[in-house]
Amino acid sequence: MANTDKQVNELIKREYEHGFVTEIEAETFEPGLNEDIIGRLSAIKKEPQFMLDWRLKAYRRWLEMDEPNWAHVGYPKIDYNAISYYSAPKRKEDMPQSLDDVDPELLKTYEKLGIPLHEREKLAGVAVDAVFDSVSVATTFKEPLAKAGVIFCSISEAIQDYPELVQKYLGSVVPAGDNFFAGLNSAVFSDGTFVYVPKGVRCPMELSTYFRINAANTGQFERTLIIADEGSYVSYLEGCTAPMRDENQLHAAVVELVALDDAQIKYSTVQNWYPGDENGKGGIFNFVTKRGACIGKNSKISWTQVETGSAVTWKYPSCVLRGENSVGEFYSVALTNNYQQADTGTKMVHLGKNTSSTIISKGISAGRSSNAYRGLVKFGPGAEGARNFTQCDSLLIGDQCAAHTFPYIESKNKGAIVEHEATTSKVSDEQMFLCRQRGIDPEQAVSMIVNGFCKEVFKELPMEFAVEAGKLLEVSLEGSVG
Amino acid sequence: MLSIRNLHAAVDGKEILKGIDLEIKPGEVHAIMGPNGSGKSTLSAVLAGNEAYEVTEGEVLLDGENLLDKETEERARDGIFLAFQYPVEIPGVSNLQFLRTAVNAMRVHRGLEELSAVDFMKLAKETTKQVDLDPAFLKRGVNEGFSGGEKKRNEILQALLLEPRLAILDETDSGLDIDALKVVADGVNALRSPERAVLMVTHYQRLLNHIVPDYVHVLAGGKIVKSGGRELALELEERGYGWLGIKDSDEVEAG
Ligand SMILES: Nc1ncnc2c1ncn2[C@@H]1O[C@H](COP(=O)(O)OP(=O)(O)O)[C@@H](O)[C@H]1O
Ligand SMILES: [Mg+2]
Repeated sequence: MANTDKQVNELIKREYEHGFVTEIEAETFEPGLNEDIIGRLSAIKKEPQFMLDWRLKAYRRWLEMDEPNWAHVGYPKIDYNAISYYSAPKRKEDMPQSLDDVDPELLKTYEKLGIPLHEREKLAGVAVDAVFDSVSVATTFKEPLAKAGVIFCSISEAIQDYPELVQKYLGSVVPAGDNFFAGLNSAVFSDGTFVYVPKGVRCPMELSTYFRINAANTGQFERTLIIADEGSYVSYLEGCTAPMRDENQLHAAVVELVALDDAQIKYSTVQNWYPGDENGKGGIFNFVTKRGACIGKNSKISWTQVETGSAVTWKYPSCVLRGENSVGEFYSVALTNNYQQADTGTKMVHLGKNTSSTIISKGISAGRSSNAYRGLVKFGPGAEGARNFTQCDSLLIGDQCAAHTFPYIESKNKGAIVEHEATTSKVSDEQMFLCRQRGIDPEQAVSMIVNGFCKEVFKELPMEFAVEAGKLLEVSLEGSVG
Repeated sequence: MLSIRNLHAAVDGKEILKGIDLEIKPGEVHAIMGPNGSGKSTLSAVLAGNEAYEVTEGEVLLDGENLLDKETEERARDGIFLAFQYPVEIPGVSNLQFLRTAVNAMRVHRGLEELSAVDFMKLAKETTKQVDLDPAFLKRGVNEGFSGGEKKRNEILQALLLEPRLAILDETDSGLDIDALKVVADGVNALRSPERAVLMVTHYQRLLNHIVPDYVHVLAGGKIVKSGGRELALELEERGYGWLGIKDSDEVEAG
């Protein structure tokens, strides 16, 4: 036992590779949160009155809410008045009309991150919306998408160009009063992505948003809204990184998905926010509310997430299965190392007849990290013939980390079927010895074993990103073996 | 090639090997026999570098270099191969991926180009046939749900792919039916060459009917108590360990 632990205790020495800061002229609000700030934010974005009213209502509600403390994480108290709620790269125009209007420094940033935005070297077959601090800086492949009738733009643009869609669906899945962080986000969200796929359309390419926090002392509060109209299909991926900074930064996003009759939404996340250094200093607080509503019959929403970053993660992508025969899926890999803390899982709320859900959660803990799965499977009185399958596996690397599982089941329907499987295993000395005896480096052995453990989730990711996810795990595990 | 001198080793503070001396030259096949608990697996594990075991005295030289200073993976790349008595499972990691990673690690060490997925697949398929395993085993998790016999054949498959200089086989014959035993023996015989040596650990003599050893050593109580040629194995088969003054809980199986 001693030898794996020793190796494990010595592995993570490589630096966070996205930790650079971009020197860019930015317009940043002074820290602080009040109605005036919200008014200025709304004005800068030239929002219609309904939006300002919505924000202010959310803000007043939020003032009365308490920060949740039930999650299995600990972090210093956040001073919400010490955060700046808006930071945007300065530009000549209010909105870039094309990529030529985008600051070259910004384009370079995204290139460094491996996300080329420039026309000639765009990711093949993937449309990208890039969000830098508080604003969307570029959306690629607009024309072919428009031809298919797909709307893919920043939420700020959507508020101006498609107010009726926004007004109808914003907050319909995650109301402002849902929870403390959702309330805060509703009041101050600065940008994010909007997707609408019309009836019967299969979105011709993967859609992707890339989130980047750059400015110091800035919170990122993005808002994503995806609507899949009847019989449509869309696959969407988000990626996230941030510079290395000693102070913690807050990221409180809200994602809402709406699937109408026979529609399908596949939402994948590769989250690699700066996790803090090996002593637990710095890193992103990732407090996110993600929820999808299968409001139509036979609709389907799948969440796939690979979470390796952030100092503290608090995140439960969920599905409300209202439509008859609707399907919810949650596939998750959450890896924590050093002093990272993650409390993540899902909620599957079965309301409609014959709804079904699948939960596959793979938690990997290394270093002194703590990794908790928290899941709720709920069956309402109308959920006749509903069923859930949950599989929840934990893998420990070393002997100083912790894994916890908190599965909750609430059933108001006797006919509902729940299956739950849970395992906890360790990367064993015997496995390590076998690999090393065959000439394989310890680091490579751990990453191979961990990748094997995650296989069921990786196969759900779009091809291009499955490879990325494997590599990300490898980097995140560095220093866990030595 | 391998010199073991006065080797003592302990696990959890308990001394198991109490002074082993053994010389193995290229081309030779040595068999180590002995009752359960005599330290055969311990010797194999210590040579391969299992850190659960502590060497308390003595030395081991591979081609004149101190073997005990090297990490497990370095020893492996220098050509030490251990076929495990109880091969461990690695769920989710395909046998193919595992084998390719191992073979390429060795190739890089030897200054050869890594094999592409396609080339490796071809090689692996041929070799699985050689040990009478269905190529479908390449797609399965490492040892995941393999039967005892399949695990042992998988160990030989690895030996054939990794082309070791010294193959240590820890009871690769145990739990095999007669056909599987033949397959394993053929595999080991295919490995034999003037540059390579084999150290075969076995409880029974029957494997030695198929793989004829140059030397036979009897290990008891952490020491080699008798060495001889292949006739020693036959004598053990006939007379058991008793005549050497060794107690054995299991009867020596008739071959
Ligand atoms: N990891 C271990 N912890 C404690 N005792 C061990 C361990 N490994 C081996 N032993 C003990 O060492 C002795 C020799 O074991 P082993 O080398 O496996 O013998 P053999 O392979 O000849 O049957 C036995 O008494 C066994 O119980
Ligand atoms: Mg043994």
